Amino acid sequence: MSDIATKIEARFSEMGVKVKPSEIETRLDQLINKFKVPPEEARRNVINYFLKQHNIPKSEFFAMQRDSPQVKISEIREDGKWVALRGKVIQLWETNHESVSQVGLLGDETGTIKFTKWTKAGLPQVEEGKSYQFKNVITSEWQGQFSVKLNRTSEIVGIEEDIEVGSTPVEFRGAVVDVQNGSGLIKRCPECNRALVKGACGEHGKVEGIYDLRVKAVMDDGEKVQDILLNREITESMIGITLEEAKEMATEALDQAVVLDLIKSKLVGRYFVVSGAKLDRFILIETIRQDVRSVDEEIKKLLDAPLAMEA
Amino acid sequence: MADGGFVREVAHRIFAAEFRESNLQAREGQDQYSPQYLLTPTGAKVNRVFIVGTLTEKEDVGTDAEFWRGRIVDPTGAFFVTAGQYQPEAAQVLARTTPPEFVAVIGKPNTYTTKEGNMLTSIRAESIQVVDAATRDAWVLDTAKHTTARLEKLKGSEPDAVKAKEHYSTNMDTYRAMVAAALESMRAR
Repeated sequence: MSDIATKIEARFSEMGVKVKPSEIETRLDQLINKFKVPPEEARRNVINYFLKQHNIPKSEFFAMQRDSPQVKISEIREDGKWVALRGKVIQLWETNHESVSQVGLLGDETGTIKFTKWTKAGLPQVEEGKSYQFKNVITSEWQGQFSVKLNRTSEIVGIEEDIEVGSTPVEFRGAVVDVQNGSGLIKRCPECNRALVKGACGEHGKVEGIYDLRVKAVMDDGEKVQDILLNREITESMIGITLEEAKEMATEALDQAVVLDLIKSKLVGRYFVVSGAKLDRFILIETIRQDVRSVDEEIKKLLDAPLAMEA
Repeated sequence: MADGGFVREVAHRIFAAEFRESNLQAREGQDQYSPQYLLTPTGAKVNRVFIVGTLTEKEDVGTDAEFWRGRIVDPTGAFFVTAGQYQPEAAQVLARTTPPEFVAVIGKPNTYTTKEGNMLTSIRAESIQVVDAATRDAWVLDTAKHTTARLEKLKGSEPDAVKAKEHYSTNMDTYRAMVAAALESMRAR
């Protein structure tokens, strides 16, 4: 108990406020021993009491308390950690709830991460393409995806430097088990580059689309699933036809699905090694090659040491 | 974000000999949308499989609409694969492929109980593609690896391992021999 009291006293003196240790202890003692309040609750109560006494706003007290460590985006691997980030706002997305003032994607040299800025936080608006120092933001995890939340105790400071957004490439080995709809020959909105659905853009309505080739696929190594995206360049070299040839094919067959069929026949059910930048649940493929292994060597490995599994 | 609470099921690699012996079905959770699993003798909890083998026979057994059934052989035995009107793409591939041919199948396990009370397993194909010999060899290696890993886990006390042992009284030596034979069969060629 005196331990708690010492900490409270130290914390207040940091803020330039003198409180008597004996007074803290008396209050704690009364709450904990006489009124059977759990120590953590008692600590809170005592702190609030002195804050009121000295007219210190709560946010100031708690914000100062957390001088969160500066981290890189790729280092964020834990839920509920207070951290500081230097990053560029890559994209702002539409907010779908009034409690969220801004939501989008932040990037630094090591990767990208989603951020959410609560309306209640009362923080200044950030702009796409600008870099900022974010202080005291909290990490959060949902289904293996990390994001950071900006709340009342967070701070945003604009910085001059233009942060180069990079990424740590990841590799994945496995079989392609699905090529999804929206792959193959598609049309994009000339305004916003979004893929058109039935000739219409979600934002700009009916537009004259621009043709593109891409693949959205799923890979699987028997343990976990990985979504991958192939852009036009990679798709062309993988399938062995150009965008122009794909257009011709589709025109000839009067059906865009022939291109999709071709893609499926080259990818589905086959083993690949891919690498690229991780974005959200996807890997944006930079390299893809068929996973060729020396069968004899592998068999030897498995038969000689059938129980020692390779990683 | 966009994918909600949905997590795609992993496609397990299972040899035909093991798949044939599987007959323990379980549903996780209560409501009608919770996925159904087939627990195999080595403790794989399967809602989707990935197999590569040789298509040796195929037949349209449908009455009104097309309903294709194919027999796909791996080093340990044969799988039955079906594709009907609700799997049009897979059905088309099966319809135009002439056996023998190497094919890769991704699909859902299905079980059927005969009048005599025997349970037959088959795969309802989500997709079928013609592949090359290298892919087939890679699959045998991959499946050998995964099966061996599951056998290792079977010694432990994970719930799926315990359930599999209880239900099948799995003879680990039999399955080890199966894996070894599958690998040897490739070496012989």
